[in-house]
Amino acid sequence: MSLQNMDQLGAMHFDVLREIGNIGQGNAASSLSQMLSQTIDISVPTVKLLDFNESVQYLGGPENVVLGMLVGLKGDINGMMLYVLQKSFANSMLNAVFGKEINELTDLDEMDMSFIQEIGNILAGSYVNAISSLTGLTIDISVPTISIDMAGAILAVPAVEFAQIGNSVLFIDDSFIFGEASKSDNNEVKSNMILVPELSSLETLFSRLGIEI
Amino acid sequence: MVNIGIADLNVVKSPDVLATYALGSCIGICLYDAELKIAGLAHIMLPWSKEAGSGADNTRRYADTGITELIQKMCAMGAKKYRLTAKIAGGAQMFSTNSTVFNIGERNIEAVKKVLSTYNIPIVAEETGSNFGRTVFFYSEDGIMEVRAATKPTKRV
Repeated sequence: MSLQNMDQLGAMHFDVLREIGNIGQGNAASSLSQMLSQTIDISVPTVKLLDFNESVQYLGGPENVVLGMLVGLKGDINGMMLYVLQKSFANSMLNAVFGKEINELTDLDEMDMSFIQEIGNILAGSYVNAISSLTGLTIDISVPTISIDMAGAILAVPAVEFAQIGNSVLFIDDSFIFGEASKSDNNEVKSNMILVPELSSLETLFSRLGIEI
Repeated sequence: MVNIGIADLNVVKSPDVLATYALGSCIGICLYDAELKIAGLAHIMLPWSKEAGSGADNTRRYADTGITELIQKMCAMGAKKYRLTAKIAGGAQMFSTNSTVFNIGERNIEAVKKVLSTYNIPIVAEETGSNFGRTVFFYSEDGIMEVRAATKPTKRV
């Protein structure tokens, strides 16, 4: 059977995506940990399919201002990844490196943005490397582009893509814990990643891992 | 207040207000019959229904089929097609890339204008393009379209 629609994905496919997420997140955490000279722990990522309205609510409502970071995928896997980051995520990163925090995402200056773009590079690169090391597939990623705006407007970008292939959006959420997970003063922040692969690419990915659609 | 979700539409009579939140590349089409104070709003995502794959089942998603249904719905409430005027908002490009896929906002604007012109509906106000999201309130009492953005002042047109 070939993949026509994201809604065909089942528990086993989610498990695979979660495991890729787990490896990718582990790689990302150790890179970030070095970059920020901080202990960063992770917890198990979550994977879910949400329809458009659910995803908007999940990200804080249509007018909630978020930071969207779009990364293109090319090679054996084609598509895009959209990271949706909340203010708390940006603040944890900024605080660790520059010792500063912002009141609103729209207060980010150019230097903050290029720093966050670099974090995006690490997050996306780690996930893609996890796919490559598990499957042997070659994937190139583009430099992330950033948009800070209403969640609804940013989510319409993957929704327009998904409109051709179903109504649901595939979320892979990572949790990064600044400080030690066992201690109460740690600070957990989440990155929400929406994976928008071409359906044929998703088939390639699963078939490489010997999993049927 | 009547909230219109993505790929949806609705019609109200004065004094009700229509709202649609966070248009990015999508377009909000506000149609108005000033004599009867009937207001309609459609929130479309994509330009043409004939270009669609399996998603074509939702006709409110597309500029052509969405606008056509909105006009029919308004006329069923007594509005006259020749009296309708349009105000449109949205069609932004949220991320700057060269890919044509991301140029969907531009293509949406073009399609909406084409469809409105085939129905001879004049566009009397337009807040389209650029790179930011917009929320639209459409007041049936006076046909005013209010456009809010995250970092820009609110406009009433």
